[in-house]
Amino acid sequence: MALLEIKNLSVGFDTSSGLFMAVQGIDLHVNAREVLAIVGESGSGKSVAMLAVMGLLPKTATVTADSMTFDGHDLLAMSSNQRREIVGRDVAMIFQEPVASLNPCFTVGFQLEEVLRVHMKMDGKARRQRAIELLKQVGIPTPEERLNSFPHQMSGGQCQRVMIAIAIACNPKLLIADEPTTALDVTIQKQILDLLVGLQAKHGMGLIMITHDMGVVAETADRVIVQYKGRKMEEADVLTLFESPKNAYTRALLSALPENATGDRLSTVADFMKNEAANAGVAP
Amino acid sequence: MSEIVLEGRNIIRDYHVGGGLFGKDKSVRAVKGVSFTLERGKTLAIVGESGCGKSTLGRILTLIDPQTSGELLIEGKPINIAKDTVTPELRRKVQIIFQNPYGSLNPRQKIGEVLGEPLLLNTKKTAAERRDLAMQMLIKVGLGPEHYNRYPHMFSGGQRQRIAIARALMLSPSLLVLDEPVSALDLSVQAQVLNLLADLQDEFNLTYVFISHDLSVVRYIADEVMVMYYGEVVEYGTRDEVFANPQHSYTKTLFAATPKADVESIRARIEKKKAAA
Repeated sequence: MALLEIKNLSVGFDTSSGLFMAVQGIDLHVNAREVLAIVGESGSGKSVAMLAVMGLLPKTATVTADSMTFDGHDLLAMSSNQRREIVGRDVAMIFQEPVASLNPCFTVGFQLEEVLRVHMKMDGKARRQRAIELLKQVGIPTPEERLNSFPHQMSGGQCQRVMIAIAIACNPKLLIADEPTTALDVTIQKQILDLLVGLQAKHGMGLIMITHDMGVVAETADRVIVQYKGRKMEEADVLTLFESPKNAYTRALLSALPENATGDRLSTVADFMKNEAANAGVAP
Repeated sequence: MSEIVLEGRNIIRDYHVGGGLFGKDKSVRAVKGVSFTLERGKTLAIVGESGCGKSTLGRILTLIDPQTSGELLIEGKPINIAKDTVTPELRRKVQIIFQNPYGSLNPRQKIGEVLGEPLLLNTKKTAAERRDLAMQMLIKVGLGPEHYNRYPHMFSGGQRQRIAIARALMLSPSLLVLDEPVSALDLSVQAQVLNLLADLQDEFNLTYVFISHDLSVVRYIADEVMVMYYGEVVEYGTRDEVFANPQHSYTKTLFAATPKADVESIRARIEKKKAAA
């Protein structure tokens, strides 16, 4: 049985110019021990869909779905209090801006122990020990001293490691990483991706990787969903997707990769969509 | 042989960090003796991780910061902004485009004013002439005259980067320093902006200094590549030399860290994973 299963998810936002549909009828599922990548450009609704799962959307959003189950629990039927027990413990999320997602007023140790206090009800000593152990797991040197550091005293890559430590603190079954390496250098990106995939394999977690970087998809994913303007364009395992993409938009995305350049100009998604529309005999 | 637009000879830049009330001042050498030459119409890519001094070098080349020592020659003339006054003529020749198109445009300035301002400050053109030139430039970078009276918040990231490019080109410069111009953009928008840069380079015979940490973009756009590590140049050569046969261990690390999106690498990764499971 799938760990997370969503059928026909739609998310709309009330705006001054009427209802805006950010996600339109998406089906997705993730199994335990599986890495699912959701790819799309900004505005394709890939983050919004995951925020809907976490219940983190603002009040202006309306979320509808035929079903949304996580590990046997029906997320739609739950009260927000019940949901909050699951979110953060069994499902955890990592965000794009590591420096911005840590609270600058508290030490790293405090923020890490907070999760353990709220979800695991551990006492002070045990929390301290577990926090040190977690920082060690994510590869931060001298964790005992680092617990007393504030976020601004650490680099972006280290902050992201701390975020990962917080996310895996309660041994979640599912980890959602929203553009975890977009703000980081290539060498640091490699380390963080290796760390995430390593932890995923070690703990047998499900991992959802939200990204716009085809390179990141190629390096991490088992299965890929390509999303465009709130709709699912294609779903395939990673090899099939790169080898023989079925959907026009996926092909366009892949041909926009600089390493796939033929001639001295890159093909862009806009050109591609226009050609497709012309071939199909409809106006773009 | 074509004309050399930009030359650096052993450029060094120190930053002084105040040590507080009782502490001693420290100095950090951000750029440690960089030398290079760049011909007209070519692209030099400067690659390295954050903190390696690539942006500092970019600021020296754009005459924003002075070099601590060493020589900088633009179109054969030596210039050191710590000593010499920079003529408007020279300012015109070198322009820069920054990484973040959200931060580099004044939110209270209409696009027309953004584009007209360099002309207002550096030339004696009349308001009508400035307006015409700005309109033409908007069309050149793939926007339209209807965008003239809009504010920056009404544009997407890719469009803003086009505006920043248009602003840099208003004074018809010969050298453009691009500091991570596509890092903040999506893949598809990145392709559009890279194409635009290539078109403009062909049309105006522009010389680019392209600062980036993304090797796949560098491989696509650069003629020559310079890899920096902790302020030093560890590798410098033509694109094909550097990519085919990297010499320094840092360059090799950088290549190894770049995600590979070809089918063979994916197959190899999946097989490795299956073997481990």
